Amino acid sequence: MTRAPQARASVGTNVTRRDGAAKAAGRARYIDDLDFPDMLHARTIRTTIPCGSIRAVRHDLAREGFVVVDHTHVPGRNVIRLIEDDQPCLAPGVVRHAAEPVLLIAHEDRERLWQAEVDIEYEPAEAILDYESSSITQTTIRIDKGDVDAALTGADVIVEGTYRTGHQEQLYIETNGIIAVPENGGVTIHGSMQCPYYIHRALGVLLDLPAERIRVVQAETGGGFGGKEEYPSMIAGHAALLALAAGRPVKLIYDREEDLEATTKRHPFTVRHRTGLTRDGELVAQDIDVLADAGAYVTLSPVVLSRGAIHAGGPYRCPNVRIAGRSVFTNTPPNGAFRGFGAPQTLFAVEVHMERIAEAMGLDSVDLRARNALRPGDETATGGTVGPDGSALQVLEEALGRTDYRRKRAEYRAAAARAGRGEARRGVGLALYFHGSGFTGGGEVKLASEAALETTESGVRILSSTVEIGQGTRTIHAQMVADALDIAYERVEVAQPDTAVVPNSGPTVASRTCMVVGGILRACAEEMRARLDGADPAEHFRRHGPLVVRRAYEAPPGLAWDEETYRGDAYGTYAWACDVAEVELDPDTWEARPLRLTAVCEIGKAIHPRLALGQIEGGTAQGLGYALLEEVVMRDGLMANAQLTNYIIPTTLDTPPIDAVILESPYAHGPWGAKGVGELPIDGPAPAIANALRHLGLDVREIPATPERLMEASAVGGVGAATVAPGAARELDPAAAGGEPAQGAGTPAREGGWGAPDGGPGVAA
Amino acid sequence: MGSPGRRPGGGRVSPLLRARFRLNGVDREVDAPPMKRLLDVLREECGLTGTKEGCGEGECGACTVLLDGDPVCSCLVAFAQARDREVLTIEGLGGDHPLQRAFARWGGAQCGICTPGMIVAALALGPDPSLEDVRTALAGNLCRCTGYEAIYRAVRRAGGEAAAAPEPSAGAGT
Repeated sequence: MTRAPQARASVGTNVTRRDGAAKAAGRARYIDDLDFPDMLHARTIRTTIPCGSIRAVRHDLAREGFVVVDHTHVPGRNVIRLIEDDQPCLAPGVVRHAAEPVLLIAHEDRERLWQAEVDIEYEPAEAILDYESSSITQTTIRIDKGDVDAALTGADVIVEGTYRTGHQEQLYIETNGIIAVPENGGVTIHGSMQCPYYIHRALGVLLDLPAERIRVVQAETGGGFGGKEEYPSMIAGHAALLALAAGRPVKLIYDREEDLEATTKRHPFTVRHRTGLTRDGELVAQDIDVLADAGAYVTLSPVVLSRGAIHAGGPYRCPNVRIAGRSVFTNTPPNGAFRGFGAPQTLFAVEVHMERIAEAMGLDSVDLRARNALRPGDETATGGTVGPDGSALQVLEEALGRTDYRRKRAEYRAAAARAGRGEARRGVGLALYFHGSGFTGGGEVKLASEAALETTESGVRILSSTVEIGQGTRTIHAQMVADALDIAYERVEVAQPDTAVVPNSGPTVASRTCMVVGGILRACAEEMRARLDGADPAEHFRRHGPLVVRRAYEAPPGLAWDEETYRGDAYGTYAWACDVAEVELDPDTWEARPLRLTAVCEIGKAIHPRLALGQIEGGTAQGLGYALLEEVVMRDGLMANAQLTNYIIPTTLDTPPIDAVILESPYAHGPWGAKGVGELPIDGPAPAIANALRHLGLDVREIPATPERLMEASAVGGVGAATVAPGAARELDPAAAGGEPAQGAGTPAREGGWGAPDGGPGVAA
Repeated sequence: MGSPGRRPGGGRVSPLLRARFRLNGVDREVDAPPMKRLLDVLREECGLTGTKEGCGEGECGACTVLLDGDPVCSCLVAFAQARDREVLTIEGLGGDHPLQRAFARWGGAQCGICTPGMIVAALALGPDPSLEDVRTALAGNLCRCTGYEAIYRAVRRAGGEAAAAPEPSAGAGT
């Protein structure tokens, strides 16, 4: 448990960020800043059709001095190991998506490299490009609580709705890149990455090399947001194959266009709600279908779907819940991890749906939320229990007070009613949300992450594979260790993640860096403190040599999760938040201009308040892009706007003032009470903004809410919204009356997949 | 196809150009293809890797340098255009410039890849810029980590202005 504050406590203070000065000086070395003697540059030749087979690959590059590698050069298994071994490292003949890697070439001269020509002859097949009409199911998930059908039958009111969210690109400003160096009878990988040990494991399978011949070292990484969770294993595989073939170091850096076209994005989701309530607004049944577009291979889709489904009911208590999740294959580049990991999609749906429920029933949407919000001791959709730190009502109250929400709500509505044609209208909207910290269910137990501490000449060094990607890992880990050891923050070094040096602390994902890995490090520090028995670590080192303490994750007591039934505590705890968005609509251009975003986030404990605020502000801006600006236009299965000219992320002028607020309700099993913070803030802005647009009269159920979509959006309050007869079960879906097309979430599933992974019998259609 | 990115064109067929320019206050003479991007000349011929590439098409501003005092995207400037001119990169600030100190201290740098370009772009601002001045001056520099708020705090504090924005906590600071 948390110890009493100490004289030199650094936790909770804004100590100097470890990497701040080097980054501001331009001295921090990212992967493209590194060079090795005799290094070659590499390029990936990719498919240009979304589905079919490769008849022939023609080139004359080997004779022109290029190093050339294709699937026949893979010494081990031609797969990128992750959840399932279905994704080839190099397409062996079957094409499942455009931009699929086929051939790798390397040359010392980058000019020659980009002038090289390769001709691929295809036998095209019909592609599945629209996930809502795909019948190839990849994963299904089912969450069941109570008796949904009976509860719906008995409900006073039923409100339905369908909500859609598009792809989103992580858009780390540093594109992906890897350098592979052949050495030690194997290969060393340097690169931009979130998960050194994912790469380490994937290369063992691909290259058929023992673990000790593979070394993975993280370079300074220019942002990740999930986008460097799994795809770097692919790039590392490519660079390693070329490096081993050439016997020379190989650098493989993507330009922006390739990074946008080929690497993973946030999964598009279609979520359908059918909700039963009593006449005074108590939730009695949530019936939710969640459909996710996996793209062409499994990658992380099952776990994205899982987190999405678990969050789909929102931060509300409801005795009868059915959540049916399904991910389907399409012939598009695989979607993958992105901050929020399925939750932004389903929380968008439920929070817009709650607004529509209130509207349809003539209730105040804040009252509706407050009435049903999960309180400590309440049961979640999976049958877990909200801990004493649960704070849905606190964040809601703080957000209302801070933004003067109710007054603005009334004022803007009155002003909009008075507004003439051509006058800008304002709206204000809100979203209440939560985000589970750490891996889902038994994930952390399965990971069994480890971290270590060792004494040094000047203090101690942290050994962990958790990477710094901007979020502040080095700083907060050093703070926690310093305080647990009762030494100065400056005396704690943090080793660069290098699989030859640090243990496997699990991937740098899932808002687990602070709460989970920080917790392991605190346990290491406490054990070291006991073993030092009053001695200073540096003094101990000088006398006795290095003392190393290594600890593994220990699950908090009382957590229970059943993977088979999806019942139990899906997460040890949740962080809670409420966003308020104020938006103005340009009457001529139909642009929605956010005027102010407020994000009130309860995160247990801010280890470093300034860094935590940075997470909230950054996540909020990224959520704003998701809501309004960022549209991935797919054409023939390939991103058609694969450049920053027309894939628009928020600039300074698109981003309004952000009021980020931290509340602390300590989690008993988090270090110093800390919960996860990284992902939380991206869940809220999109529904808050959509609800602000709804407030000014536009029925927004799909994002991004571009001017084109807003122009076509129907007015709020159409057929049925005002016709609720209390006491009579009524199905209210104003837009459905307008002929909304049937959605894929209900189409019959065909279990299975594409067929055999390594080439196999072609594409099932 | 889209951006030129690192897919060069024309450089190889051209003879090398020997050109002088003033780089971070020091005269340099460099041999490079005339159409080679200034970004690449700085990083490769001059060994100054503090200038970063984010998009290769002048949209993200990560490669911002000052050319005769004006911020430009060095991915859009040909080497020949730098001839006889003055170029300032992040390295020219030495590491202890008030803007650099403020970015490090106030959370203006998270992942850090946009930071050099952001700082160089902010250099062009006068003393005590207003928030609107800062927003406008940095509109060509994308950051995906911060939501820009911490960058505003850093730039405005570097100008010596006691910003009105409240501090996040009663933290110790440094």
